Amino acid sequence: MTILDKKWSRRTVLKGGSALAGAAVVAPTVFVRDGWAAKNFRNNPGNASSVKFGFNVPQTGAYADEGADELRAYKLAVKHINGEGDGGLMNTMKPLSLKGNGILGKKVEYVTGDTQTKSDAARASAKRMIEKDGVIMYSGGSSSGVAIAQQSLAQEMGVVFMNGLTHSNDTTGKDKRRYGFRHFFNAYMSGAALGPVLEKQMGKERKAYHLTADYTWGWTQEESIKNTTEGLGWQTVNRVKTPLGAGDFSQYITPVLNSGADVLILNHYGKDMINSLTQAVQFGLRDKQVNGKNFEIIVPLYSRLMAQGAGKNIKGIYGTTNWNWSLKDAGSQAFVKSFGAEYGFPPSQAAHTCYVQALLYANACEMAGTFAPPDVIRALEGFKFDGMGNGPTEYRAADHQCFKKVLVVKGNENPTSQFDLLEVVQEVPRSQVEYDPSIFGGELGPYEA
Amino acid sequence: MDAILLQVLNGLDKGGAYALIALGLTLVFGTLGVVNFAHGAVFMIGAFCAVTLQKVLTISMKVRDKSVTFFEAYKETPYLEVWFGEWGTMMIDYVVILSILLAIPVMLLVGLVMERGLIRFFYKRPHAEQILVTFGLAIVLQEIIKSFFGANPIPVAAPEIVSGSANVGAWFGLGDALVYPWWRLIYLASSLIVIGLVFSFLQFTTYGMVVRAGMEDRETVGLLGINIQKRFTIVFGMAAVVAGLAGVMYTPILPPDYHMGMDFLVLSFVVVVVGGMGSLPGAVAAGFLLGILQSFASMNEVKQIIPGIDQIIIYLVAVIILLVRPRGLMGRKGVMET
Repeated sequence: MTILDKKWSRRTVLKGGSALAGAAVVAPTVFVRDGWAAKNFRNNPGNASSVKFGFNVPQTGAYADEGADELRAYKLAVKHINGEGDGGLMNTMKPLSLKGNGILGKKVEYVTGDTQTKSDAARASAKRMIEKDGVIMYSGGSSSGVAIAQQSLAQEMGVVFMNGLTHSNDTTGKDKRRYGFRHFFNAYMSGAALGPVLEKQMGKERKAYHLTADYTWGWTQEESIKNTTEGLGWQTVNRVKTPLGAGDFSQYITPVLNSGADVLILNHYGKDMINSLTQAVQFGLRDKQVNGKNFEIIVPLYSRLMAQGAGKNIKGIYGTTNWNWSLKDAGSQAFVKSFGAEYGFPPSQAAHTCYVQALLYANACEMAGTFAPPDVIRALEGFKFDGMGNGPTEYRAADHQCFKKVLVVKGNENPTSQFDLLEVVQEVPRSQVEYDPSIFGGELGPYEA
Repeated sequence: MDAILLQVLNGLDKGGAYALIALGLTLVFGTLGVVNFAHGAVFMIGAFCAVTLQKVLTISMKVRDKSVTFFEAYKETPYLEVWFGEWGTMMIDYVVILSILLAIPVMLLVGLVMERGLIRFFYKRPHAEQILVTFGLAIVLQEIIKSFFGANPIPVAAPEIVSGSANVGAWFGLGDALVYPWWRLIYLASSLIVIGLVFSFLQFTTYGMVVRAGMEDRETVGLLGINIQKRFTIVFGMAAVVAGLAGVMYTPILPPDYHMGMDFLVLSFVVVVVGGMGSLPGAVAAGFLLGILQSFASMNEVKQIIPGIDQIIIYLVAVIILLVRPRGLMGRKGVMET
């Protein structure tokens, strides 16, 4: 019974009382979920009048043109978030928490970096943005390998990464991260969207030959398209990996000629797509008849910027795309109007997804009422929105993948202008491209970095 | 059998490009003693001669697409077609052929300016400095092209008349399965013609004889009162023309972009080293040899036995050849040796 024997001095009582009072003040935040962390996150802007975004895009290398278009879109997004210009998609996005005065009253500024489409360069550039420039969020795209590397860094550093153009299943599959979000569609969705159109156009008895870029995106796209086409009843004759940036694909195309295949599927993007498609057409594949059918070529992931490089060779060739400037919904029209007025030409799908990502992040901060990443992440997880160009969309909480309409397109046979390269064949509804997140495995990881 | 013959054709075709670039590299090295890392950029500039001429020939009358309201979109009809009808269309169709005529003087000029304006100041400097300055020059040239034409490849089509494939199998009684694009066959034939012309020039003309003598013993030729430096400058220009022609002719095969020279440069250096530094026949033989090996290594049957062999075959063969013959296939004693 020592305690009862202890003498209570005035000092002891005061000390104890102060401690209790302190605990009472702190308690509401300590016992609220992540309350303590919210005050101690990286690059907390505190009382500063502005926050900084980092735009890490390929400014040199093969994807420099796409990177330049992404940067244009990001700059436009910052303008609109800060209440300048015509507001763009802020006029059509629903629900919208942004007020046109920056984010939570703070003006948005930005820094840019060059990924060079190399994972190590992208990580170094992102690290500089986070550590030296103090960015609160960074974003960019054009290669899945690069995106996955940056997303992983985001988790390590505790700064949100909003993926730009990345199409590999792995980005929101086995390599998903709590701090990474993807608005762009993926290879699985391309396959699911293309399947019915291919069946209708080419029938159920086909023999497919795959040429695949030898890295994460190529592998997952090949797998997804193969599963889709085999589901239709097609046979897969061969799957050949080609080195990235092979240039001359003749040694990979000639074996197709006498393989018995009547469809060539080019799991290539960018320069590889332009070269392999151009050379496949040169080798007469499109004029060929095999198994009593016209030989067909499919490019599962299309980009208007890349289609320009392939010239007339893309005419009539089927593929998918995340978004196209010719869409007539209010959101797409608002974005094309803003971008067109600013730069004098239509935005690419890369520009669209990057613009939307910047806006979605800003809106999530406004919704959460803080820049603290765990709260912003929670605001984005499961967020349902509309008016951004692809119809009703949801950021699925389980894997941070956006689900929305996917476009099946084909190379335009009779373009009306220099930008009219892709014809939208079908807007495939979200329900057709949805899947169980567990099929690709992976773990998002903790909210606290 | 057809698959093997097709890969031989692929290899010869690819080898033609390697040989032409390597030939120019060897010429420059053999005469001026300069390791020219800007030679790939010269190949790229050749290709962009075709792109530039195509842009000029297709300057168009623009008819506004009124369905597009947020920016200006046009349906473009080239003035040549508007003014000259079918003749205009034909001129545009034959842009690659016309580009060859344009490329010869342009590339000669590019070569002379490069040599007189920059490279001559590095003749007596160490090879490492020559490599640095020429590599730097290559990057500058690339960036200039990128700033004008962007980073995306730009399609340049072969003339319509040779756009399809030739039934090569039927020519040799091997059936209909052996088909090969006309333009690639033309490229191969042109490579052989250009290589033949260069060798003939060096072998059968007095000018060539003096150049060869200068390559053997520059000092003695100089003592005979011949301005060998001037002749070597012309040889530099000639090497630029050879690389430029290779570039122009390659445009229908590979839509050109600013980086295409760098893609070929590394392989071409391997070709030069394997062929033997300073050996012209060595460069040509190694070009075709490595082209064919690369094609065969890409065959599915080969890749099933050794996965990834298509990506390393050239370097693997280079290592083996250099181990067995340290001076390359036809290299001479004393070249790049101290």
